[in-house]
Amino acid sequence: MIYLYLLATVLFVVGIKKLTSVKTCRQGNRISELAMLVSVVTTALVMTNISWPIVIAGLIVGGAVGAVIAKRTPTTQMPEMVAALNGFGGFSSALVAMAFLLIDERLKGEASLWSTGVANAVSTPATVVIGMVTLTGSFVAYFKLSGKKLVHPFAGSQRHMVHGALGLGCIALGAWMVMTGSHTQMTVSTVLLALVAAVLGALLVMPIGGADMPVVVSLLNSYSGVAGAAAGFVIQNPLLIVVGALVGTSGLILTQIMCKAMNRSLSNVLLGGMGEETVAKDAKDYKSIKSAGPEEIAMLLDGASSVVFVPGYGLAVAQAQHIVRELADLLTKRGANVRYAIHPVAGRMPGHMNVLLAESDVPYEQLWEMDKINGDFKNTDVVIVVGANDVVNPAAREATGPIAGMPILDVDQARTVVVIKRSLAPGYAGIKNPLFELENTLMVFLDAKEALEGIVKEVKDLK
Amino acid sequence: MDFYFVFVFVIASLLGFELINKVPPTLHTPLMSGSNAISGITLVGALLCAETGEGFFAQSLAFLAIVFAMINVVGGYMVTDRMLASFKKKEKQS
Repeated sequence: MIYLYLLATVLFVVGIKKLTSVKTCRQGNRISELAMLVSVVTTALVMTNISWPIVIAGLIVGGAVGAVIAKRTPTTQMPEMVAALNGFGGFSSALVAMAFLLIDERLKGEASLWSTGVANAVSTPATVVIGMVTLTGSFVAYFKLSGKKLVHPFAGSQRHMVHGALGLGCIALGAWMVMTGSHTQMTVSTVLLALVAAVLGALLVMPIGGADMPVVVSLLNSYSGVAGAAAGFVIQNPLLIVVGALVGTSGLILTQIMCKAMNRSLSNVLLGGMGEETVAKDAKDYKSIKSAGPEEIAMLLDGASSVVFVPGYGLAVAQAQHIVRELADLLTKRGANVRYAIHPVAGRMPGHMNVLLAESDVPYEQLWEMDKINGDFKNTDVVIVVGANDVVNPAAREATGPIAGMPILDVDQARTVVVIKRSLAPGYAGIKNPLFELENTLMVFLDAKEALEGIVKEVKDLK
Repeated sequence: MDFYFVFVFVIASLLGFELINKVPPTLHTPLMSGSNAISGITLVGALLCAETGEGFFAQSLAFLAIVFAMINVVGGYMVTDRMLASFKKKEKQS
């Protein structure tokens, strides 16, 4: 049976590897699905006293809920969905550790966790803590990504102390849980440990700024892998250990790649930086804004030979990915060179825009990464920014400020910049965008879809 | 036995570090979503807890563990597949 586990492990590794290339990613996901199937079936076969009613009922209920969630989620909300699913995974690991406390033969009688060996004594409380932190942290991320405001109950300087105290509380409760031989005390300490870890997880994520949420979700994804590996130590299962460790470390690498794209260090993200403190007021902060309607934009596009679209989260919210392609096709037919500039962290998650534009069959060659297109903006006639804000904010070039140093798309170098945005409200980073005041910037204050539909109609009417 | 598990854990962690180094930004979200589904491997642990002859409390915990892990696995793979499906279409055209 260990050979089937080995097979599953190999399939998982191949699956993850294939997921990192556009050509093989779909196949990679299939392979990893197969690996999961092999793992589950093998496990059910090796178990001698499996309780089929519980297993079957659990698989059906969980499978149905998972399928409904996956089917119903619109493309725009996928990032927060990944966060929520991740939270469930972490919670499951914590539950496994708790359930095993009750069924471990070695713990029957007056034996303490410590007497079962160091590995088990460390991994059991660790699984509960990491699992619960993943659960509540992921759900705070979920709410933040869906635009809800969650305010940390403690003021800035007190936070670290509160977090530290809760962390020490976890260690103390964990020690109690490990050393005690009494079943009642073990149950009480485990439940308390789970609760304290849950509060800690929520508080740790709360002060992190919305723009950094993708990094947090990626990090929590890594945590849920570690929780799985820790649960593997608890139940002495090599498959869980290996696969959990794989997800844990590869998730860490992915987190680092994302941080790099935003030019921020991981500690910078986690220990504060852009928080709620820096929220800009609103339109009153701006002067000399020029606004325009769809027909003026159409006239502008009439003479343009090179056009670059810069999509952002507003495009996703308005579900404007199809209409933006229609406009792009129209302009291409009229002889313009049309491209899309994709900022690595545009949208709510890296690659969010690529997924969205792929959905409307935008040709791959038209998608340009930031580094490749930045030098080209000075030769561009019209840049159309569709619902993006922070990723085109020239304030990032200044030495200080919440987004200082973040690489941006240099759209302000283009001859004309059209910004389609519902209002002058600040973006995710919560700061003013000087781009909107520039001489060569035109604002279109409409919903992305409405604005693009208007422009498409006007362009069609051009002679 | 413990040593063997620690050994396997360390080697697997190292493999995880080396496994992904270059990922096109396009695939950041699908990769995160896909490895999120894989972290649902804890489902195996949940199954192993669902033994007969245990108390009601232990069985309830095992049941919940299976449910939540299964949501993670099924939801995770389906969401990932939906994201990747859009890439597939494009390949056929070119």
